Amino acid sequence: MSDYVLETKNLGISFGGLKAVQDVNLKIKKGQIYGLIGPNGAGKTTVFNLLTGVYKPTTGTFFLNGEELTGKGQEKINHKGIARTFQNIRLFNNMSVIRNVLVGLHNQPEFKCNPFVSMLKLPKHYDTEVRMRNKAKEILKIFDLYEERNNLACNLPYGKQRKLEIARALATNPKLLLLDEPAAGMNPNETAELMDTVRYIRDNFDVTVLLIEHDIKFVSGLCDEITVLNFGTVLCQGDVEKALNDPEVVKAYIGG
Amino acid sequence: MLSTLFDGLSLGAIYALIALGYTMVYGIAKMLNFAHGDIIMVGAYTILTTLTMNGHPIIGVVAAVLVCTVAGIVIEKVAYKPLRGASPLAVLITAIGVSYFLQSVAQLIFGSKSQAVQLASFGTVKIANAEINIGTLITLVVGAVIMIALTLFVKYTRTGRAMQAVSEDRGAAQLMGVNVNKIIMITFAIGSALAAAAGVFYLLQIPAVSPTLGSMPGIKAFAAAVIGGIGSIPGAMLGGVVLGVVEKFALSVPALAPYATAIEFALLILILLVRPIGILGKKRREKV
Repeated sequence: MSDYVLETKNLGISFGGLKAVQDVNLKIKKGQIYGLIGPNGAGKTTVFNLLTGVYKPTTGTFFLNGEELTGKGQEKINHKGIARTFQNIRLFNNMSVIRNVLVGLHNQPEFKCNPFVSMLKLPKHYDTEVRMRNKAKEILKIFDLYEERNNLACNLPYGKQRKLEIARALATNPKLLLLDEPAAGMNPNETAELMDTVRYIRDNFDVTVLLIEHDIKFVSGLCDEITVLNFGTVLCQGDVEKALNDPEVVKAYIGG
Repeated sequence: MLSTLFDGLSLGAIYALIALGYTMVYGIAKMLNFAHGDIIMVGAYTILTTLTMNGHPIIGVVAAVLVCTVAGIVIEKVAYKPLRGASPLAVLITAIGVSYFLQSVAQLIFGSKSQAVQLASFGTVKIANAEINIGTLITLVVGAVIMIALTLFVKYTRTGRAMQAVSEDRGAAQLMGVNVNKIIMITFAIGSALAAAAGVFYLLQIPAVSPTLGSMPGIKAFAAAVIGGIGSIPGAMLGGVVLGVVEKFALSVPALAPYATAIEFALLILILLVRPIGILGKKRREKV
């Protein structure tokens, strides 16, 4: 077993001649909330796409709990324990809130049920379905979405859609949860509440969190460590306060 | 009148079964599988082969369903899977290519002439003064049972839920751990099995098979899927039934009979003018 939940070694990708991300080395310990920040276009979401298998890295490797996942397919990586949310919300819009979460539970063998058993609604179907729904409801309650569980996802207000995305990702039972700008578009109250929720799931779901966020207050209030990216390379890593006050980081953000 | 209605409903059930294959593949793999109609022909020749080998008709039906299911899976693996992510036009042309390929292979093996397939002959029953063919009733009942089963499958099984998720957002579903390749494969398998069933019923109505057997019902079922709203499962069922009933009623009026097909496609145009997304199609609102 490795000391780190996630470890990347010289991770990078080029699109044609453009090196979008290069030499990213992350070491994230179990139970950490880790921030990935940087100006627009720095390559933060690209790193998420590499870690979830959407892009195959052209250089470097990455490991989840010491197991190499480089080059694996998207659903395989999810099964191994990396789940994510999206910068632009991508829910299953025409499905109910609870059904969105049920799809997240889909990958877990304990909820397998023979299709014929389900179609005929034999007792075993009810048994697995009840267990699945209870699990989904438990997750929805944490995100304060329980009352809306039968609404269509597309009819939720924006802030709740963001929460549902996190709930769905959490339902896949990840070891590492990637949140892409979870507080984007939220008001200060919602943001404060979200910080509590992220801590709660870290503590209760045995999950490590890596998040991208522009809200500096959110990052400094929540993250144990951060990495600052600029033009696809790591500018600075480590302690939050120190990194945010690093002259190079200030320069990257404000210019000068 | 009543017997025309029954004929129309049973023809509609056949169109609906084929249309389901079009609509499910469109909804989940986001492609138009124009080789789908030819799967019916594959099934029909499978039955012909079984019967010439003195096999029981039931064995022929089972063999047709199995052969078509496997054919659907193989076609998807060989022809469409390598093109995942390619432009929709490339996939469309490939599907048309597969269609001609299947027709040509059938022609090479069985010749281009139409051959008689006497699957089974049924008598008629009297319902409220109308003579109804028992084959028609079987088509209607079995067709309805298959469609109910499919609805239950999509609604209540894990796989059905995953299919719905893939049709909503393939990328997000994949990142939530849904094996998209497997789901697409299952979709093709189900669609092809339904086409095989439709082929069996089609042979009960017109007991002859030729290499181009699948083209016309294929095109009409595609029209039915579009009328109902492509991508929508209840839509395909509704569109199929509407088209079947319209066809049989047009055929029953001597003055209209020669124009039956024209009337069906005119209906398609009319419905698309009034409701471009089809009767039960879902509006896709673009966010600005």
